[in-house]
Amino acid sequence: MSTTALNQLISNVLSGTETEVARQMQICNACRYCESYCAVFPAMTRRLDFTKDDIHYLANLCHNCGACYHACQYAPPHEFAVNVPQAMAKVRVQTYADYAWPPALGALYKRNGLAVSMALATGLALFLLLAVLSKGSLWHAPLAGNFYAIFPHNLLVGLFGSVFGFSVLALCVGVGRFWRAQRPTVDLKANKPLAQKIIAGAASKLVASAKLEATHDALTLKYLGGGHGEGCNNADDAWTQWRKRFHHFTMYGFALCFASTSVATLYHYLLSLKAPYAFGSLPVVLGILGGIGLLIGPAGLFWLKTQRHPQHGDVAQNPMDYGFIALLFFTSLTGLALMWWRDTGAMALLLAVHLGVVMALFLTVPYGKMAHGFYRCAALLKFAIEKRLPTNLKLTAD
Amino acid sequence: VVDVLIIGGGNAALCAALMAREAGASVLLLESSPRVWRGGNSVHTRNLRCMHDAPQDVLTEAYPEEEFWQDLLKVTGGQTTESMARRVIRESATCRTWMQKHGVRFQPSLSGTLHLSRTNAFFMGGGKALVNAYYRSAEQLGVQIRYDSPVTRLELKDEKFVAAVLESKDASGAIVQERLTAKTCIVASGGFESNIAWQREAWGQNEFGEWPTDNFAIRGTRYNMGVLLKDLMAQGADTTGDPTQSHCVAIDARAPLYDGGIVTRVDCVSLGIMVNKDAQRFYDEGEDFWPKRYAIWGRLVAQQRGQLGYSIIDAKAVGRFMPPVFKGVQADTLQDLAKQLGLDEAALLKTVADYNAACRAGTFNHAVLDDCHTEGLTPAKTHWALPVDTAPFYGYALKPGITFTYLGMKVGENTAIRFGGVESPNLFAAGEIMAGNVLGKGYTAGVGMTIGTVFGRAAGVEAARAAMKVAA
Repeated sequence: MSTTALNQLISNVLSGTETEVARQMQICNACRYCESYCAVFPAMTRRLDFTKDDIHYLANLCHNCGACYHACQYAPPHEFAVNVPQAMAKVRVQTYADYAWPPALGALYKRNGLAVSMALATGLALFLLLAVLSKGSLWHAPLAGNFYAIFPHNLLVGLFGSVFGFSVLALCVGVGRFWRAQRPTVDLKANKPLAQKIIAGAASKLVASAKLEATHDALTLKYLGGGHGEGCNNADDAWTQWRKRFHHFTMYGFALCFASTSVATLYHYLLSLKAPYAFGSLPVVLGILGGIGLLIGPAGLFWLKTQRHPQHGDVAQNPMDYGFIALLFFTSLTGLALMWWRDTGAMALLLAVHLGVVMALFLTVPYGKMAHGFYRCAALLKFAIEKRLPTNLKLTAD
Repeated sequence: VVDVLIIGGGNAALCAALMAREAGASVLLLESSPRVWRGGNSVHTRNLRCMHDAPQDVLTEAYPEEEFWQDLLKVTGGQTTESMARRVIRESATCRTWMQKHGVRFQPSLSGTLHLSRTNAFFMGGGKALVNAYYRSAEQLGVQIRYDSPVTRLELKDEKFVAAVLESKDASGAIVQERLTAKTCIVASGGFESNIAWQREAWGQNEFGEWPTDNFAIRGTRYNMGVLLKDLMAQGADTTGDPTQSHCVAIDARAPLYDGGIVTRVDCVSLGIMVNKDAQRFYDEGEDFWPKRYAIWGRLVAQQRGQLGYSIIDAKAVGRFMPPVFKGVQADTLQDLAKQLGLDEAALLKTVADYNAACRAGTFNHAVLDDCHTEGLTPAKTHWALPVDTAPFYGYALKPGITFTYLGMKVGENTAIRFGGVESPNLFAAGEIMAGNVLGKGYTAGVGMTIGTVFGRAAGVEAARAAMKVAA
């Protein structure tokens, strides 16, 4: 056996958590009662057995909404002990670690609370130190909100540009590796017309409509809707829309903050409009709106998480989840504080703290909870494509 | 004193509780199981059979009253009560709005169950999701619910319900008796399928000197012990249904003793051959579509030595049936398959060779009653008879699994329990314990939940009305 073949064989061996997902999927596939809740179960029914890649795909398709756990006739204390959200969560975090790039940094998922804390400490220390070096003290005469009097523009661009660039690259490499690991469930050899269509590019319409659907499902958090659109579970078997709502506050709040920074960058380079920007200006309005969302959202998610049913998900991941929630919350809180007090002598201190938190957030993008959004989107796209293809199975009436 | 005491915690009990509460009665519901096991057999269900004259949300085409009635007549062989059956059928057309109001959601028929898309409305998430929704709604409406509360006997005065006696264990483990009085009572405590000793008595010993039920599994709850069924019979209540009969299907022999539910079914019987412990075939595997035949195989297997059957298929069948919960035994040769299944190698080889030689090639189509059949073979396989000749081969050992029993209370449309033909003014029955009035034998998918819903609701209304009468 060649080394490549041997490596292939080894990499196909399921880990303990993957074996557990495969075991549960075998049970679910014989039941299928949960088919309407989300995308996981329709994706499951296209398969008869579950390879490592299938398991990674299904784990990232799962939104941990909890609906199937509460509906499950085989949930503990039943001896079949089916708890799909929990089994999927355990594999999911493992996929983030396995696909992380560079691979060595995947280990940061092992103690993610510590990793986030270290990133935060590093970020804060860096900017506090830089501030002191720049001004000799953290307190100064009011500077009318001129950040660049503390940290030169090019220094900030250099620091954040390189960290952000690296993070995006690392994330793309990781998600790309995840994407390529997915085999199509349609047998193209057996399905010549479709194979020809795909080769001829005629399937691009299929892919385009799949992309549209996946985007819709991600942006609306369709699969936190419980299938009926009335919400998912949190504390018990009752439905709530608040998980979806607080996630929307968080995600769209973050998007607005990101838009604020992007607009400011364009102002700077294209229009030569330099910061600080007035309160009514676009970057500030976007930043304040986004900041408010990014306060409400993470605070709400934090509160919901403290009420969460103990059997949902994997409690071992709480440090990662809380760490990410806290980073987002403090990114916003420190940003808004900076906006409010930017004309006072505390600006340097506020700025250093804010930039420290933001730096920690950027550093941990490919090695923290943030990654879930990107792997989830890839899985949703895969699902949207796959459901448009004919299945290999020839099930007739059971 | 509560107006309505409900004994049981499954679909019918909950429907009764909700209706009685909506009618203004105070309601106390006693579930014998702990909270985690609440809901009885209802947690294993997935749909209810519904009449409809035109497509309705999740239901395709039409399923008119007459067709539903004919289906019921056919499966019961006439062992039904027409007036009650028609009431079930008619209310099935309208009860879903009420179910939705109490939190039940519906979904299109599941993949692999397209044949039910016209007749059966599937509960989103299955029966446990339905049970959860009803409990939530009942709690919100102020129905009192007590778990771990098995009722051991009813105290009656002539035909009149006086009190229920509960036995529970206190903190020290000592048995404590509690007497609960109520103006009216609804018994919705299911059949006796979980009571293995009673099943053993009902089935008796076979010609091999075996007690067949020793090798049975109970597909549903472990809490349907038939305690009140026995108590009511001892107190002279009128019964219906054959006490020796039960709905019995062939399930994977590795299924747990209780609560294996739907996943333990093995749907490949019609795609291969079925042999007994002696490696002999014993019935036509291709007689009819599997959904119409799966329920006879429980009894067929129960009649074999050791109460075991072995479904054997080859590679051609893979992907053509619902994946079973346990992987089958897999082998590259029939000899090896026989060895792994513990069957006589020579006998199995001969059985397969005889069968293969008798197969008359046609156009295989599992979606219709096709023309692939055997000639000159006893028993014949009349459809889907393809030779078992392509490795790898797969084998599944099957044993009988009991779904429910038919013995119950003889009641009329008002669900009042009768003693020597005299109706009780305040004691009613709902669900499996009275389903035999409509379904005296046989089964058709989803009809149990329809009966439970319709007569659970009816019993709730009757009991609330009777309680008001007492109060007035």
